[in-house]
Amino acid sequence: MANIKVDGQLVEVPDYYTLMQAAEAAGAEIPRFCYHDRLSVAGNCRMCLVEVKGGPPKPQASCAMSVKDLRPGPNGEPPEMFTNTPMVKKAREGVMEFLLINHPLDCPICDQGGECDLQDQAMAYGVSGSRFFENKRAVEDKYMGPLIKTSMNRCIHCTRCVRFTTEVAGISELGLLGRGEDAEITPYLERALTSELQGNVIDLCPVGALTSKPYAFHARPWELSKTESIDVMDAVGSAVRVDARGREVMRVLPRVNEAINEEWISDKTRFHWDGLKTQRLDRPYVRKNGRLQSTTWDEAFATVAARIKQAGNRVGAIAGDLSAVEEMYALKGLLASIGSGMTDVRPAMSGIDPSMPRSAYLFNPTIAGIEEADAILIIGANPRREAAVLNARIRKTWRAKGIPVAVIGEQADLTYPYEYLGAGFETLADLAAGNGAFANTLANAQRPLIIVGEGAVSHASLGKQAGRDTIALAAKLASGANVAEGWNGFALLHNAASRVGGLDIGFVPHNGGVCSADQIAMAGRGELDVLILLGADEYDTSAMGNAFVVYIGSHGDKGANRADVILPGATYTEKSGTYVNTEGRVQVTTRAVFPPGDAKEDWAIIRALSGVIGQPLPYNSLSQLRSAIYAEFPHLARIDQITPGSVGDLATLAGAAIKTQSAPYKSRVSDFYLSNPIARASAVMAECAAMASGMRQAAE
Amino acid sequence: MRVGQVVNTLLLREFVSAFFLAMRYFFSPKPTVNYPFEKGPVSPRFRGEHALRRYPNGEERCIACKLCEAICPAQAITIEAGPRQNDGTRRTVRYDIDMVKCIYCGFCQEACPVDAIVEGPNFEFATETREELYFNKERLLANGDRWERELASNLAADAPYR
Repeated sequence: MANIKVDGQLVEVPDYYTLMQAAEAAGAEIPRFCYHDRLSVAGNCRMCLVEVKGGPPKPQASCAMSVKDLRPGPNGEPPEMFTNTPMVKKAREGVMEFLLINHPLDCPICDQGGECDLQDQAMAYGVSGSRFFENKRAVEDKYMGPLIKTSMNRCIHCTRCVRFTTEVAGISELGLLGRGEDAEITPYLERALTSELQGNVIDLCPVGALTSKPYAFHARPWELSKTESIDVMDAVGSAVRVDARGREVMRVLPRVNEAINEEWISDKTRFHWDGLKTQRLDRPYVRKNGRLQSTTWDEAFATVAARIKQAGNRVGAIAGDLSAVEEMYALKGLLASIGSGMTDVRPAMSGIDPSMPRSAYLFNPTIAGIEEADAILIIGANPRREAAVLNARIRKTWRAKGIPVAVIGEQADLTYPYEYLGAGFETLADLAAGNGAFANTLANAQRPLIIVGEGAVSHASLGKQAGRDTIALAAKLASGANVAEGWNGFALLHNAASRVGGLDIGFVPHNGGVCSADQIAMAGRGELDVLILLGADEYDTSAMGNAFVVYIGSHGDKGANRADVILPGATYTEKSGTYVNTEGRVQVTTRAVFPPGDAKEDWAIIRALSGVIGQPLPYNSLSQLRSAIYAEFPHLARIDQITPGSVGDLATLAGAAIKTQSAPYKSRVSDFYLSNPIARASAVMAECAAMASGMRQAAE
Repeated sequence: MRVGQVVNTLLLREFVSAFFLAMRYFFSPKPTVNYPFEKGPVSPRFRGEHALRRYPNGEERCIACKLCEAICPAQAITIEAGPRQNDGTRRTVRYDIDMVKCIYCGFCQEACPVDAIVEGPNFEFATETREELYFNKERLLANGDRWERELASNLAADAPYR
């Protein structure tokens, strides 16, 4: 610890703190452009100049000088820094004047206007007039792909974007070329950036040089109503803010949540919002003479109720990737009331068995816990595609500690180096038997992290046994002899926001029910009369035979196409829904806008349907429904918290007998940009996907 | 006192003074204007009907910065913006002023960085229905085209005082 006086106030801070951090600890505000908490220190904007006593007798960049760089006074008095002296004021005014020399006066047409660091700080720390009457420099705009719009005249060369792409995103595609007046930020080759996190440079850019292309010119920050919510594009559950104007979602921005996404979000999360407005199901539909025709809620309900009454308990239900806990709970209740236990939230042929303990399907070490790991094994997952933000956390850990990473499954560029062990189950079995150098690494590791992808536990071709055996072997690897006390390194990385919530409330086969794949097979054979798809679009709809398919969901995708009755539901921005992320963290979305047309919240549809069937569910409002859920599953009431699985469960899991011989692992997310119905409805995501596949083809 | 009153009465003093007053106004120039055929003078700062102006080359001035929408105390202005089809520049797709809500405070023209939205000298736009007072972008641009000469001269006249 070191003592320092900030504006006369004595504070004690760790000696590795920079002057800026010390000032923040003392509550003094320091303006900055290039400095960012999560990026390396560049020290090139000079906006954070302060006066110091005990150091050089000139203004010092507080972001780049640390507390221990200052000498104490002759009698041992602590060093001093000042943030409000005339010298500091003059320095800031000078820096601001230099920055504004080449910054165009186009705030009225700049999308950053109203949320611009330069605008704010020019008001707070600049001078009122300009002494510059010469021509401003002009820089050609660069092409950075369909997501980022550039206006390079506005760039102040803070290099935050360069540092972000190199350090966090792990792509070396942005750089600063030239010196002095000729300095330019450039993607070198005028090609689209290839990162799944590139959208974050828009937030990082302190001026309007990098702005969002899909959002360009559409709204101003002051006219948006901001709703804090949770992302459902992947199982990470990043904290987001949904900005809406009127009935339209205009953009999605990240919020800070140190435990999950720090302050990054993936491009899918940030740019899928145009999909919320297209392909929407806004009226109920009933299929008549082979064609879907729009109808009233009453008729749609009557049709479904008649078929369900006829079917008795030959009714199945499959929940899709975006379903919230509320509607799954209501649907489970509806099926229970007619004596059916055929519910499933898992992908086809999942090895996650309902009898397994909670640890078996959670990302037990937690996302923040990745940073504590000292060896990482990734099995059958491509975290870059499946959970881009989580992948950034792995990269951060690798950068900080250089930990060994190994991959079993598909080979792909994960933005950090790894040892490739093999393609599938036999490699994992071999590793678990203790063969190979990496087996040693894992055995010696105190905090081994075994990430098991959904692609490793759900084998459509090989059946459930392969998945179960993979879980057993991974659990065995995670419970080595040297593992630290309390560390549970078994981490299942789900691909869908609904998965853990559904597993938690038991939306899995029970009471004689069968799994999703078997339900579809039964439907194909005519043994299941009614199949309810709760936003389920990732299943083989062509195999459902003559079953009466009811689709409850928001988007006209594969499921709605096959449906005999469509009941239009709400997306996550239009309802308050509980989601449990892959770590087991319970989070709630907030309604930002209302569902379009006649669409209703999904749980309300199911409640209304239960009334028409004559078996009304015992809740009439969301709060009553939630109380029922909380009474049955108390851990879901602990919002933003994780109820961890037991470490002891690992031994149970590891003890299972192994039968599978050979099975190659394949990530279930083949296209990052098109992994769910909302993203598939988005034109921006389609463009990105086309571009990404074009790049892959060009590379091959 | 009494004598004075008698003299005034005998000499019809009030009658005569009233007669001369009447005659003075009878022969003096008339202040009444024969509206609508005649009109009084209007200040260059007069805040009347709104108009959206164009540059001399025909390009619309408005850049959709939405400052007028933000400052409007009556929230009478509604703007939707987006990149223009042909060149991608920032333009309004929709620019509506609800003239029923408008309180003619002139904040919009003060806020406008490009002198696009202005309040012109015209005050004669009374209508029979409310709907006709919901001005859209087309109407506002047409106003601008019709009044451009007066608008430009008013702005020039007021410029030294800004």
